[in-house]
Amino acid sequence: MSLQKAKQEATAAQLTAVSVPDGAGWLTSLREDALKRVHTMGLPSRRDEYWKYTRPDTLAAADVTPAALFENDETPMFDEIDRLKVVFVDGVFDADASDDLAGENLTIERLVDVAKADIHWAKDLYGALELAGQTPVERPLAAYNTAMATDGVVIRVTGAVSRPVNLIHKHLDTTSDAILHHVVKVEEGASFTLLENGPAAARFNSVLEVDIADKAAFNHVRTQGRDHERRVATHLFTRLGEESAFKSFTLTANGVLTRNECVIELTGDNAIAHVAGACVGEGDFHHDDTVFITHDAVDCESRQVFKKVLRNGATGVFQGKILVKPDAQKTDGYQISQSLLLDEDSQFLAKPELEIYADDVACSHGSTTGAIDEEGLFYLRARGVPKDIATDLMTLAFLAEAVEEIEDEALADEILARLESWLERRRG
Amino acid sequence: MLEIKGLEVKLEDEDKQILKGVDLKVEAGKVHAIMGPNGSGKSTLSYVLSGRDGYEVTGGSATLEGEDLLELEAEERAAAGLFLAFQYPVEIPGVGNMTFLRTAVNAQRKARGEEELSAADFLKVIREKAKSLKIDADMLKRPVNVGFSGGEKKRNEILQMAMLEPKMCILDETDSGLDVDAMKLVSEGVNALRDEGRGFLVITHYQRLLDHIKPDVVHIMANGRIVKTGGPELALEVEKNGYADILAEIA
Ligand SMILES: Nc1ncnc2c1ncn2[C@@H]1O[C@H](COP(=O)(O)OP(=O)(O)OP(=O)(O)O)[C@@H](O)[C@H]1O
Ligand SMILES: [Mg+2]
Repeated sequence: MSLQKAKQEATAAQLTAVSVPDGAGWLTSLREDALKRVHTMGLPSRRDEYWKYTRPDTLAAADVTPAALFENDETPMFDEIDRLKVVFVDGVFDADASDDLAGENLTIERLVDVAKADIHWAKDLYGALELAGQTPVERPLAAYNTAMATDGVVIRVTGAVSRPVNLIHKHLDTTSDAILHHVVKVEEGASFTLLENGPAAARFNSVLEVDIADKAAFNHVRTQGRDHERRVATHLFTRLGEESAFKSFTLTANGVLTRNECVIELTGDNAIAHVAGACVGEGDFHHDDTVFITHDAVDCESRQVFKKVLRNGATGVFQGKILVKPDAQKTDGYQISQSLLLDEDSQFLAKPELEIYADDVACSHGSTTGAIDEEGLFYLRARGVPKDIATDLMTLAFLAEAVEEIEDEALADEILARLESWLERRRG
Repeated sequence: MLEIKGLEVKLEDEDKQILKGVDLKVEAGKVHAIMGPNGSGKSTLSYVLSGRDGYEVTGGSATLEGEDLLELEAEERAAAGLFLAFQYPVEIPGVGNMTFLRTAVNAQRKARGEEELSAADFLKVIREKAKSLKIDADMLKRPVNVGFSGGEKKRNEILQMAMLEPKMCILDETDSGLDVDAMKLVSEGVNALRDEGRGFLVITHYQRLLDHIKPDVVHIMANGRIVKTGGPELALEVEKNGYADILAEIA
């Protein structure tokens, strides 16, 4: 039996009793289509090339592996920033904890509410970028999300939005299984910042579709919570119009399993897309950044910067691809993925890929893995800086190169401070 | 201050003896100079004293004010008052010079049970000292030694020394790579630190530096040993005749 056939059968067996959430107007047919696609693709298997370095089992299984809650008394993320809070608890919208869903140059609605409307802009977008992102590489967990998501928000941005929207993902139930699907449409000339934070659930499947029109800008800064046992699969799909800009940064500290996929399509000339991430983890921490950027327009720039600090047996994965279509001349593509291994038990697996069909392009990629520079460490120690602090200083410097990708200084500083405190807490 | 007795050192990974019984005593308030041919072991001595990995001490001892240096971690030696101005200062990308120095100053203070310096006080002191070494604000902000010219790196070493106020300063070829004016600045920086309670060990190949930093004692090191000790005139002799005569004399 072929791998594909076996996958389909296993998927059919697992999903026999599964049907899409009902009572959801126009969403229902989109969901059903997506579920059919899942059956055709099959849920991801360990033998899939795209899942070579990360085991999808627990992300795709019928049952959730419980995850303990992380108790702390730290100030919440983004607390100092004036923002519109949208709170989900274990994947369910919490109206009481959220702000009014209203802002200048912005409409923001719950997915379940808009599904009942006969006419709605989100109708044409829900699942559309996800579907487009299934070629050339299949992403069944994202299709599953489109089929099964029970909550989420749809955001339409019509001008410059100065107050960011903050999706806050709380995790209070040790066995929660959350599936959220958000759609963002940034209209011509508009600009918007989306913040996300929190572990969300014991298991979290998230899809974010972002449609960026000509001359529009979308900024995204995300932190994924510190509950160590949580498992997360996220997909960010975006399509960029002419002269538009997309920037996304993710901080991950802890998490037994994280797979962050980012699928970017540059469809308008002179657009730029930057995606970056910093992660720190130890022990059974497993973190996978999978990025797929398609250049399908002239004079676009894409940039990927990923840094990982791994210790006590942690694993980091990076799969990053730049695909340059034949007409995408003057493409400027850059990709760097680096890991700092703080001991010999940790590992970093990287698969950088370039596939280029245009002739006038500048693409570069690099991947490095290494330990702390001994010369530098001695220099710091010779000046009286204790070894652990010296190691942290150099580790933070390493991570800072990814954090610097965040344009907003206050946000970048907050991310750096979180990383610093993560390192500090692990000092003897 | 610094007392080295019969110090023997080999490389950890290789069967190579580099120091073959070094005897040296630097008293508080004095400046000792070490000269000697390339590869004679001068830098090795400075590294072993400051606690760098990769060496094995096979004999002898080294103490700072009676305290066994060789037992201590590198950072503990620094806190005890030992300072090495590196022959080749190390670049540390991403770590700001200022952050680095403040961390170092406060780590040493903490280790000695002293109160940490406030950010404002630190800034005041460093600005003043940087100015006298002609180190501008930009250099203080930049990552440690990254993109610094050879001479800038050496001035940065002296700035660190001035900030840390160590008891025992070892300067390994701090003059190399310095232009005439920078040499004067650096020497002034060193001379400003000279006092009753502080010892200096200045490793150099050239009399030039010793014109500015006048040594009390000059040692000649060759093949892992101090082979001759004398007054300032010994440096002049080396300047004039090289090492041939001295080495022949002891052979
Ligand atoms: N890590 C090492 N591996 C191999 N050889 C080494 C190492 N460190 C020092 N040596 C050798 O030990 C000897 C002494 O070196 P050292 O750097 O101490 O000399 P030096 O007196 O400082 O010379 P210079 O005047 O050129 O700076 C040299 O022969 C050098 O090659
Ligand atoms: Mg030397």
